[in-house]
Parts: sequence; C-alpha cells; structure tokens
Amino acid sequence: MNTSTLNSTEFFSLLPIILISVGLLALMMVIAIKRSAKMSFQITLATLAISFISLFIIQDLLPQQATPLLLIDSYGVFFMGLILITAMLLLPLCYDYWKHHNQIQDEFYLLYLISILGALVLISSSHFAAFFLGLELLSLPIIIMVGYPFFSHYSASMESATKYLILSAAASATLMFGVALIYSQYGTLEFIPLTDAIASQSHSPHTLVKVGTIMLLIGIAFKLSLVPFHLWTPDVYQGAPLPATAFLATISKGAVFALLLRFYLSSEVFLTESLVWSIAAIAIASMLVGNLLALFQESIKRLLAYSSIAHFGYLLVALLAISQSIGADIAIEAVAYYLVAYLLSTLAAFAVLMRLPGLKESTDAPRLDSLSGLFWSHPVLAAILTLAMLSLAGIPLTVGFIGKFYIFAAAVEESLWGILLIAIIGSGIGLFYYMRVILVMTYSVSHQDTETYLYPGQSGRVVLAIVALLTVWLGIYPAPLIELIREMTLVVF
Amino acid sequence: MLSALVILLLIAGGLAWFYGNRNPNHARWIAVASLGCLLLFMIPLLSQALSSPLHYGAEISWLAYQQHEWIPRFGISFIMALDGLSLLLVLLTLLLGLIAVAASWNEITERVGFFYFNLLWSLAGVLGVFMALDLFLFFFFWEMMLIPMYFLIGIWGHEDRKYAAIKFFIFTQVSSLLMLVSMLALAYLHQQQTGQYSFSYFDLIGTGDQSEFGVWLMLGFFIAFVVKLPAFPFHTWLPDAHTQAPTGGSIILAGVLLKTGAYGLIRFLIPLFPDSLNYFAPYAMTIGVVGILYTAVVAFAQTDLKRLIAYTSISHMGFVLLGVYAWNELALQGAAMQMLTHGLSAAALFMIAGSIQHRIHTRNLNEMGGFWASVPRIGCITLFFAMASLGMPGLGNFVAEFLVLAGSFQVSVPMTLIATLGLVTAAVYSLIIIQKAFHGRQTDHHDMADFDHREMSAMAVMIIGLLWMGLYPQTFLDTLSPVFSQLNTLINLAGIKESGIEIASQSMERLL
Repeated sequence: MNTSTLNSTEFFSLLPIILISVGLLALMMVIAIKRSAKMSFQITLATLAISFISLFIIQDLLPQQATPLLLIDSYGVFFMGLILITAMLLLPLCYDYWKHHNQIQDEFYLLYLISILGALVLISSSHFAAFFLGLELLSLPIIIMVGYPFFSHYSASMESATKYLILSAAASATLMFGVALIYSQYGTLEFIPLTDAIASQSHSPHTLVKVGTIMLLIGIAFKLSLVPFHLWTPDVYQGAPLPATAFLATISKGAVFALLLRFYLSSEVFLTESLVWSIAAIAIASMLVGNLLALFQESIKRLLAYSSIAHFGYLLVALLAISQSIGADIAIEAVAYYLVAYLLSTLAAFAVLMRLPGLKESTDAPRLDSLSGLFWSHPVLAAILTLAMLSLAGIPLTVGFIGKFYIFAAAVEESLWGILLIAIIGSGIGLFYYMRVILVMTYSVSHQDTETYLYPGQSGRVVLAIVALLTVWLGIYPAPLIELIREMTLVVF
Repeated sequence: MLSALVILLLIAGGLAWFYGNRNPNHARWIAVASLGCLLLFMIPLLSQALSSPLHYGAEISWLAYQQHEWIPRFGISFIMALDGLSLLLVLLTLLLGLIAVAASWNEITERVGFFYFNLLWSLAGVLGVFMALDLFLFFFFWEMMLIPMYFLIGIWGHEDRKYAAIKFFIFTQVSSLLMLVSMLALAYLHQQQTGQYSFSYFDLIGTGDQSEFGVWLMLGFFIAFVVKLPAFPFHTWLPDAHTQAPTGGSIILAGVLLKTGAYGLIRFLIPLFPDSLNYFAPYAMTIGVVGILYTAVVAFAQTDLKRLIAYTSISHMGFVLLGVYAWNELALQGAAMQMLTHGLSAAALFMIAGSIQHRIHTRNLNEMGGFWASVPRIGCITLFFAMASLGMPGLGNFVAEFLVLAGSFQVSVPMTLIATLGLVTAAVYSLIIIQKAFHGRQTDHHDMADFDHREMSAMAVMIIGLLWMGLYPQTFLDTLSPVFSQLNTLINLAGIKESGIEIASQSMERLL
C-alpha cells in the first residue's frame, strides 16, 4: 500500500481525531487570552462530547484505511467510544478535585486532551509508526500529569513523575528496538502485511523476529504494569494526584490493551509458541503477584494499583484463549466486556476517593483506615464504593461479575484449565482485600472529631450516579452491551 | 409472579434502610409486614400442592412457572419454578425470616435500618436460590445471599466478627467459583453437542455424565454445595460464622442458608450427574457419616454455647448428605424433612442461645448453671428443643432421621449402622446443654428476665411446627413425594434421550 495521498472519505473518517486536535488548538488559544479554569473545563468537555458524537457520523464509512498509518474500523470506533466516555466521566471529577485544591489547572486540561488524542491514535493504528506515535502521545502528558504541581510541601508527585519518566523511556526504547528487529527481517512496519510476510516464509520465524516480538511485549507489559514489569505501578499510583492516578488506571491502560488485542488479532506473528508461553507466564505471575501484594496494603491507591495488575492478568487469560484456535469470538467479546467492567468499576472507586477529605495532609492518603465509618457518615458514597469493590471482585449484581463470567467462559471454551485454576485462586485472594475495604467502612468510629467534610461539586455527583447506575445495570441486564460488542468488534476479524 | 416475591423483599429492604434511619421501629415493622404478607400469600399454595399441580412448563408440572429471555448470547434465561420441595423451603425461609426479625427486635439497636436491609436482601437471595431453574440465575442468587450475610456477621457480630465474616465469605465464594467453572463447562458441552449455549436446567439434565471430565465437573458442584451444607472436611467456617453472628444472622444461617447446599445437591447435582450416584455415592456417604460422628464428638467438647449448637448443625446435616446419596424415596423424603426440622430446631436453639447471651453477656457454658429456677420458661423450651435435636419420637427430627436411616439401610447397611450411632451422640450433646446451663449450682445471674410474649410466640410457632412434623408428617411427605418422582422422571427422560442419540449415531456409523 503506497497511498500517500488521502481522499476525502478517508480524511473524513479521521473526524474524531481531527476534532480533538481542533479542540486542543482552541483550548490553547483560549488559555492564551483568558485563564479561566471553568472555561477550559467546559471546552475540554465539549471537545470530548463532539468527538464522541462524530463517531456516529463516521459509522457508515467504515472501515477506512486512512493512510497506511491509521485504520478506522468499527472495532476502533467501539474502543474510541469507550475511551471517550471514560474521559467524559473522569473530567468532571478532575475539575472538582482541582477546583478544591486551588490550583491553576488549565494545563491539566491541555495535557488531558493530548493524552486522549494519543489514546485514539493508538487504538486506530495499523502501523508501528502510528503505534509508537500514539503511545508516546498518550504517555508523555501523563508524566506531567503525574508530577503536576500539587502542593509546595508535597514532593511525592515529583518523585513519581521522575520514576515514571525514566522507566517509561526505558520501556519505549525496548519497544522501539523490538520494532527495529522485526523491521530488519520483514522490511515493513505495517501490522497486516506482517502476516503476509510470514505466510511467504514457510519455515518458522527468524530468531530476531522472536526476540523482537518479545521486546515489543515487554514494552506493552510495562504500560499495562504486568508482572514482572509492574514495579513502578504502586509508587506512581501513590505519589500522583488522584486525577492522574485515575487517568493512568483507566484511559491509559484501556487504550493500550485495545491496541494489544488488535495487534494480536491482526498479526499472526504472535502465534509463535515462545510468545504464547511468555504471555501465559506473565498472566499467571500478574494474577498471583498482584493479588498477593494487594493483601497487605494500607494505602488505597497502592491497593488499587496491585488490583489493576491482577485485572490485567485476567485480561491476558482471554488473550490466551484467542491464540488457541481460530474461533476467537468469545475471547474478543470477553476482552471488550471486561475492559468496560474494569473501567467502570475503577472509575467508580476513584470517583468516591476524590470526594474524600484529608488528602492534603499526608503523602499516602487516602489510607484504608481513613475510610472507617464511611457507611454511617456518608451511606451513599460508601454504597458506591462497596459496589465498585464488589464489581472489581467479580460478585453478581455488578458488571464485574459478567466480565469475569466472560473471561471464564472464554477459558473454558479453550480448555485452559491450569490458567483458570490460577484465576480462581487469584480471585479468591482478591476477595480478601476487596472485602477488607468494605468491612473497614462499616467500623464504627468512636471519636466523632474526624472530619467528615466532603468536597462539594455538582458535576462530580452526577458522575457518581451515572457510574453507579451503569455498574448495576450492566451487571443485571448485560444483553444490550453484549449485542453492541458483537456487532462492533466481531465484523473486523 | 415468582420473581415478584424476590423483588418485593428487595424493595422492602430498601425501604427498611431508608426509613430505619429516622425511626428504627419503621424498619422492624416493614420487615415484619413484608415477610408476613409473603407468608400469607404462599401458604394457600400448600393446599394446592397437596391436591394437584397447577402449571405445565417444560414437560413436567410445577405449582408455578415463569420464564423470560435474559442473556441470549449464552442461552441464559430467567426461569423460576415452584414445586413441593421449593415451596416447603420457601415457607421455611419466610417463617424463619419472621423469627429472625423477632429475635433481633431488642438485640439490634444500632444501624437498625441497614440491619433489616441486609436481612431482607439475604432472604431474597435465598428465595431466589430455592426457585431458580437456570444455572446462571441460580448462581446469581447463590452469590446474592452472601454479601448481606457478610455484612450481618461483620457489622453486628460479636468479638471476632471480622475474622469470621471474611472466613465465611472466602470459603463460600471460592467454592462457588469452582461451581461457576463447572456450570460453564456444562454449558459449553451443550454448545458442542447442539450448537448453542444453554444454562437451562432442562437442557442440561444428565449432560454432566457425557463429558470425560464429568467427575471433575461434578466435584466443582459438590464442593460448592458441601461447603455450604457443610460436611466434614469443609465445615471449619461454620462454627466461627455461627458463633460470631448476631442471633438473627445465626437463625438465617443455620435455618436457611445451610439448606441451600442440601437443596443444590438434590435439585442440581444428582440430576445433572445422575451417574455420580454409582461412582461417588460411597465416598459422599462416608463423608456424611464421618461428619455425623466427628462433629458430634467435637460439639460435646465445646464450652461456648453457640459453638456447640453450630457443631450439632454440622452433625445433623450429615444425615442430609447420607439421605441424598442413598437416593431412594424414603431417604430423600427423610433428607428433605431433616432440612425442615433442623431449620426449626436449630433456629430455636440459636435464638435461645442469643437471648441468654443478651441477658448475661456470655456464651460460656461454664459460667452458666441453675437457670431453671430463675427462668423456667426458657428452661422448658430449651428442654423441648434439646429433645427434638436428639431425635425424640413424636417430634419432627425423629421422623426425618428415621426416614433417612430406613432409606439408606437399603443402600448400605454398614453406613447406616454407623450413622445410627449419631443418635446416641446427639443425646449426649443435647443433654449437656440442659445439664450445664439449667441444672447444677446456681450462678450469680439471678436477675435474668424470662421470655416475654414476643419470644414466647416465636417459640410457640416453632414448637407447633416440630410437633406437626412429628405427629402428622403425612402433609409434608405428600407434598414432597411428587417432587422426587418428577426428578426421577426427568433424569430418566434425559437418559433415554441420550442413549437414543447414542443408538442413532451407532446405527449411522454402521450404515456408513
């Protein structure tokens, strides 16, 4: 494919990405003229909303290969929609949070939009160049968000940012080198022709390619914080301000996994045995290590960090179910549904945490014991956090259960009994700490002098309600979402 | 109509939480009203069960039947049905729910609204379990009853409540994950044979035996049910949970939650894996018999009154396991009767233990003694239920255990003989309660208040129930017997279908 020129349809199909870029420029102009947090927030939200609406407009054009770099298809549109919805839900929470902390926050929205742009590019990339571009566009702003000027006496966020910067750069370098190795053998950077290149070679792929794919995997595993590339996660989660942590946990990881799935499905490079084995090993290690280390955490942010490690371990199980046979339907659906569930429940958890008081004072707040008595002082918040924890633990009535059900179904269909057993053990361990969070909230607080003051914020409250309702609704009546996922994702592969 | 039962309780729970924050009495009366209404609504069905079944669904007759589409992707539908066994257990659940409310009336004074919310939601889950006929739906309710119970133990429990609550939750949850995997495997097997997923009970009956992994799938179900029952090696969560739970929680746990395990064995495990009766029955019966004797001995050694009663529960549940795996009319009726009678007698004993603890702030038997003089009513009633628990003829427990033993005698004489020893040990541990608490040297708890009207009426209901089941069990046996013949018909039908396919495929092969 040497189409260097874009025709108008192809160009039009890039509408969501273009709209975000336009919004970004507009925001920059506005900030240059008048610094108003409220206005910046509104522009950002409007940009996201318009971009989301444009997904419906381009619906009829799909699929479009817009330049060799980007492929806009319904799979991409589904995940773009998911990311945009998550971004729209997260943004008001950030606004409330920063407003309360009296920070100049305009830059945050700029960074936020750039990062979303990166996520959209990443999701629709069909070429290693776009892949790398999207990934860096996604992660570089996160580094600044993590270290975002917080409080004068608060140095933890700077430490986190430095840590994330160095490790992220190392991971990107590894990934680049892996890509270079693959290029050295196949002479192309596109995902799909890679398949043809392999098909033309009857013998097994060259060692360099194997090494290259493994290095690629390492880079991605770092972004998804899979064991053993997870070491940065708890520290960065803990040191970063809550909005940045939430962004990292939801949008960044969601977009990277969406790409991983696409790459995995479109390039059969990944079907080499060594790679499947290493993914299996990473999945097992993530499920066990993530859950085990989460057991002893006293800081909720660290607990959520380890729990997210475990969750991406479960997601890898679904990925493994793909590699076993041709019929990958259920595994793709499982990944999509599980990602929705994970994003919703994580968002719900962070939404509650962001409204909690007392974050200013300590470095590792909110601590687990700061939640005690929440059930009696703020029953609604406690109920929503309970819902989020139950959903992360995969208990019925919540969307997390259907997600776990899907993953298990995919694993059963491919007879991955050993890994399934590990997943069950992991879930069993997981119950312990999720339940502990819930139990702590029910303690009765003897001294009533603890501050039970909440940050005000109308928009945050709306988000909480939406997220809680969706968590329950999709847990009880998942059929519409399943239909949507089947319609959107399966046609592609 | 059946889902309305569950939904009504869920709504009542929400209302109880909401109004209970303003006035605790509102929460209590909402709970009483909702449970009472449902009970009054369900009782007429009992007479229908005795005369003739009403509706027809999926080839066999049910008292009530309801089916909707739910998640077509996996062939999951919303199937609820009621037959004699379900009906009796639903009635037991509602009755014990009322008794649990009565027992908690004065005991629970903090966060009353949330307490009744959890109580009602837990009961709603149990009702769902007893009526669901879709495996996914069953699992849904199976889990739904756990979380409220976790809260009941974890918030209103006694000194070690956190430990007990988490242990309870992890035991039941991990075992049920194994069951979930087994369910998925069954559904997948069905998909391979017919081209589509199904979680419907009617589609899956008998399919478990066709898989080469059938034994493992069966074990997934078995462990989930046996943990809940509980049977011997998996019982360690129960003494903790029962001891630490508030009285209302103990009543629901012992009276109803344990029965879901037994119900699962009868309704799901055996029909899904009929062949397991051949290869697994000896092991299961051994587990049952060992449990009967071992936990009876352990019960005898306890000094904590609630812990003692908890161990007797495990011992009694051993009879259920024995009866289910003997799988003949007598034994099954005995097992079902045992579920009902033990529900009443254990609930009553836990209520007594709770009220004693409420009065003297200890459960330690060594600190009790000579209560008979000061609280004769409590003494008499305890004696009655101790007699029931040791299997005195004329009371329900005797009928149940006799039927189980008579049934299992036809299957395995040695097992039955050893199980019979359980009746002797039952006498020992039942009498030790009376002896330690009510006889002997009087301790310094003279000012104990005797049972009041509220407690007496709750006890009266359970006494009448046990007498009815002991003196005229025919009502219950008549309700139950069509259930078991139906179950057997279903299993046989599935067997015929299956062998029909086999014969057809064999003849096909021959033709080719």
